[in-house]
Amino acid sequence: MIDADTRLRIEDFLLDCAWAIDEDELEAWPGFFAEDGRYRITTRDNEERGLPVGIMLCEGRGMMEDRVLALRTANIFEPHRYRHILGRPRLREAEGGLVRSDSSFIVMRTMQDGRMDLFAAGNYRDLLRVEDGRVLFQERAAVLESRRVDVLIVIPI
Amino acid sequence: MNMTANPGDIMPAWPEGGVSRVPYRLFSDAQVYALEQQRLFRGPVWNYLCLELEVAEPGDFRTAFIGETPVVVARDEAGELRGMVNRCAHKGALVCLAERGNRKHFSCIYHSWTYHLDGRLRGVAFRGGLKGKGGMPEDFDPARHRMQPIRVETFCGLVFGTFEPDMPPVEEWVGPTMAHFLKRNLGSRPLKVLGTHSQIIHNNWKLYAENVRDSYHATLLHTFYTTFKVNRLDMDGGILLSEGTPWHHISYAKRATLEEAAEYKEAKVHSASYDSKLNGPELLKTEDEFDDGITHSVQSIFPTLAVHFTLNSLCVRNFVPRGLEETELVWTYLGYADDSEEMTAMRVLQANLTGAAGLVSLEDGCINEFVQRGTRGSGDAAAVLEMGGRGLESSESSRATEVSIRGFWSGYRGLMGYA
Repeated sequence: MIDADTRLRIEDFLLDCAWAIDEDELEAWPGFFAEDGRYRITTRDNEERGLPVGIMLCEGRGMMEDRVLALRTANIFEPHRYRHILGRPRLREAEGGLVRSDSSFIVMRTMQDGRMDLFAAGNYRDLLRVEDGRVLFQERAAVLESRRVDVLIVIPI
Repeated sequence: MNMTANPGDIMPAWPEGGVSRVPYRLFSDAQVYALEQQRLFRGPVWNYLCLELEVAEPGDFRTAFIGETPVVVARDEAGELRGMVNRCAHKGALVCLAERGNRKHFSCIYHSWTYHLDGRLRGVAFRGGLKGKGGMPEDFDPARHRMQPIRVETFCGLVFGTFEPDMPPVEEWVGPTMAHFLKRNLGSRPLKVLGTHSQIIHNNWKLYAENVRDSYHATLLHTFYTTFKVNRLDMDGGILLSEGTPWHHISYAKRATLEEAAEYKEAKVHSASYDSKLNGPELLKTEDEFDDGITHSVQSIFPTLAVHFTLNSLCVRNFVPRGLEETELVWTYLGYADDSEEMTAMRVLQANLTGAAGLVSLEDGCINEFVQRGTRGSGDAAAVLEMGGRGLESSESSRATEVSIRGFWSGYRGLMGYA
């Protein structure tokens, strides 16, 4: 049973993470994860077929930091920003004292010239570590409904 | 439009300079695009359709495309691989809607015409009418109506299809150098799929065909390697073009000789042996799988297939035209069926380098679109492809060349009917 306080804390945490991405505070993004946390972007098709290769995979905060640094210094792309819209999470207790959270998201993408598209929709399949009032992702999978990505993904979803 | 017109009738003549010049209009001319469907995709080429493992069992089918033409590959009851246009012989509706599956026979949902797995017409609903009225004419002959067959053939786990009845076998068509390398990467051990996704890129398919052959841009545009000091620019490498048909290519690189030291060979596995600034260096943990020293390769098979093997990441790329200025780039990541867990884990992590979010490759999602947008209103202007000369010779010592792009255009010009 997940109490109301915990639920509120989790909902704020999920919002804060989306907010950090949307407000281009990407350097803060790895800090939402446990040190050995896992982040991946994949598709519903891959998940249903049990296939391990998705679109992005970071094992540990280090790889997330590399992603952010690559975005800032190495990767070349047309500037764009996201706006996340989150659904309320479905919460369940999971093994090891973790909380399993599923929440719908849509991501609108706005390009520098004003073009705006529905870029992604899917489910955040999260495993959360809730300790001493603090929430962290042990695992976050952004499972995209579509297997098609428009142009590219460089900003984490 | 006049489908029998010579390209010169609907376009200006190819500019002086042969394959070292490419008119920008080829990327945005609807008549050229329509002519490609006929002369190129439905012409004398083998088009990549799917993996053989996707149609392994009787009844398995997989839908695919030859240019824009929808096709279906199926394995029939006898175990034979069959190919046909995915179009009902009645009204032209798609017969198979799913991308893959297993069926005893095919059934068009529109009027329930059914087909055998080889595309022969099996049944026509209400053929005899209802209560003695209606129905097909007495002389309607089901044997004269079927899904249009295409020739299919497998090579190294890849299924190819062609509309051209007189094509030589795939292995002969790609030539010995290309065949040898396909066998190295795909033909030596049973394959398994590790994952797939696709990217919509907003450019004509030929811009990606050029891009995947463009060894000149690799270390200039894709700065991940150099920024993170994980690639050595002193690697031995080169470009191989297919004998006589230089529109297929291989670009390869070998790690610098100093990495082939004795202790490395004994250990086989090395972790973070690169001069790495990565916070997550496990990303580039790798193991040598071949004795030829090649650690990175991209191979293209005309018109829309590429296979890359980057470190331990093996992937088939199929770029499917979805219109004049839109292409779907499908990435299918592979491993070998007998891989160890450790090897699979390496392949899974290294998939980060490529794909729609590839640390090395993501720029290709937009760069071809920038050319598409940049060449609008360009009149008769043309691209200049003189890096590495103006000819079509393999370049076994340098990748600072555009020879494989010129090779693509030599094939294109021939098929489209240019001199």
